[in-house]
Amino acid sequence: MIRILSTARTEFRIALRNRWVAIALVLMAVFSLVLSLAGSAPTGGLGVDRLSVTVASLTSLSVYLIPLLALLMSFDAIAGETERGTLSLLLAYPIARWEILVGKLIAHLSILALAVVLGHGLAAAVAIWSDETSLAGLPSLVRLSWSSILLGATFLGAGYALSSLSRRPSGAAGLAIGLWLGLVVLYDLALLSAIVADNGGWFSTEAFPIALLANPADAFRLFNLTASGATAAASGVGGAADAIPLWQSLASVLLWPIAALALAAAAFRKVTP
Amino acid sequence: MTSTLTISALTKRFGEVAALTGVSLSVAPGERVALLGHNGAGKSTLMKIILGLIPATSGEVTICDAAPGSPAARRAVAYLPENAAFHPALTGLEQIRHYLALRGEEQGQAMRLLEMVGLGKAARRRIGTYSKGMRQRVGLAQALIGNPRLLVLDEPTSGLDPVSRREFYVLLDNLAAQGASILLSSHALTEVEARTDRIVILSQGRLVAEGSLPDLRRRADLPVMLHVTARNGYGADIARLLPGAILVDGALHLTCRQSAKLETLGTIAGLGEKITDLEVLPPSLEDLYAHFSQAAAQ
Ligand SMILES: Nc1ncnc2c1ncn2[C@@H]1O[C@H](COP(=O)(O)OP(=O)(O)OP(=O)(O)O)[C@@H](O)[C@H]1O
Ligand SMILES: [Mg+2]
Repeated sequence: MIRILSTARTEFRIALRNRWVAIALVLMAVFSLVLSLAGSAPTGGLGVDRLSVTVASLTSLSVYLIPLLALLMSFDAIAGETERGTLSLLLAYPIARWEILVGKLIAHLSILALAVVLGHGLAAAVAIWSDETSLAGLPSLVRLSWSSILLGATFLGAGYALSSLSRRPSGAAGLAIGLWLGLVVLYDLALLSAIVADNGGWFSTEAFPIALLANPADAFRLFNLTASGATAAASGVGGAADAIPLWQSLASVLLWPIAALALAAAAFRKVTP
Repeated sequence: MTSTLTISALTKRFGEVAALTGVSLSVAPGERVALLGHNGAGKSTLMKIILGLIPATSGEVTICDAAPGSPAARRAVAYLPENAAFHPALTGLEQIRHYLALRGEEQGQAMRLLEMVGLGKAARRRIGTYSKGMRQRVGLAQALIGNPRLLVLDEPTSGLDPVSRREFYVLLDNLAAQGASILLSSHALTEVEARTDRIVILSQGRLVAEGSLPDLRRRADLPVMLHVTARNGYGADIARLLPGAILVDGALHLTCRQSAKLETLGTIAGLGEKITDLEVLPPSLEDLYAHFSQAAAQ
């Protein structure tokens, strides 16, 4: 326990000095403020409170931002130690590999959580201050917060796995950017074009829901939009997925962090310094 | 338990490359052993196997009755890897406190450890601002944590200035006096010569010689150099009495076999008044090293 905590404290300190903490906090705060202020424009009186509108746009933002921050913080975790030659030293210490990973995870995840809570807190404050009915949107904001943190854990795990596999920080950075582009940007484009080409056939009805659930970023968006009943208002992929029951996207949101971290542990176990 | 570290018939291959072949070695408590060998001889590989960082292809390694890499072995062994670069964003103090925590030791000792390696003043500065030797000392400081039974040090003095090297060996002497075994690799033969109990020479992954310095000298049977300074005018006389001697700057240089050393010395002593000085130069570790690694290469 002392070993894990000391690892976490050291990693947190490094992230603080590398400005990752500042970058994550500022990005989340600025984007949340901008979105919640933008949400104050008249929404056409759909009977939706302002906070719920903000949550919908925060969800779309988080799908891009949280994975990016998580990958940026994690890609160096193992590859950096390998390159500096400190990994062989660390592994000679009486600390298990999973303890090293958990220590790093605690540090990185708490930075993400801090950024999420700060950003969402600001958004809530702005919304509630200008529109008291916004209190109704609080549950969906809280849901967005914890699912964002889980999404972060998933991509931290993916980042550690890539970092273990590539052995060099530059290689790991390349893989991390590739993963982000692939899962967050290209995946949806590919799905959309497949749906258009398929024109309501087997793919749209059978494969598409599974494809959405299989991608942690899509599952995250789907879960938050379905849960707050905002799928109709959402654009693109989210809108096309009305049919997927909530429990399925919830399961995906809960299972992905575990799977990604297990993957990271397996990849790290194979690393020889 | 008689020895801290026992290695028997250790072999390690990296695909086609045979990094180590049939190496056997044991290190007793309190013993300081130097591992010598040219670049790529397998020194670092041997150390990594001892630490359990990489698996051996065949052979056995035991550290204090435990297997390499087992929790018991890791607690007993301290390691200094070659070229470890600690995170530049941390201070020396923070880094050592972290390593103390990993060994379950009191973090308050960090400052004392840093002072032991001469980093007391720089302890609160970031490692990124340290010089090469200062960074090496952070590595030394972490290797001193928690009374290790065995210290495995890969080129510990690289980057240290001559005075720091001497201080470092004094630290090692103290640890050895308390019963710690030390296995270190080095390319600085002169310092190893004076500061270790036993020398192990690796050549292309094979152990080609092992023993104390006098042992190795006897076994190599390399010629001894004698420098004789003649009193003015007697140079030519003496040169006639000592076959094979050559005159260099007024002194006669001659070599003789180890076995003929005493006899030759007797002859020279018999010259009495005709000589003013005599110097005996035994083969240096460099000579021995060259001898054993060349013999193995053939
Ligand atoms: N991971 C590896 N993969 C393939 N070959 C390796 C690996 N590590 C070491 N080797 C090879 O094993 C041999 C021994 O290397 P090692 O690092 O042990 O040498 P060394 O004695 O420490 O040399 P130096 O004095 O330069 O530090 C070399 O031929 C090296 O190329
Ligand atoms: Mg080496």
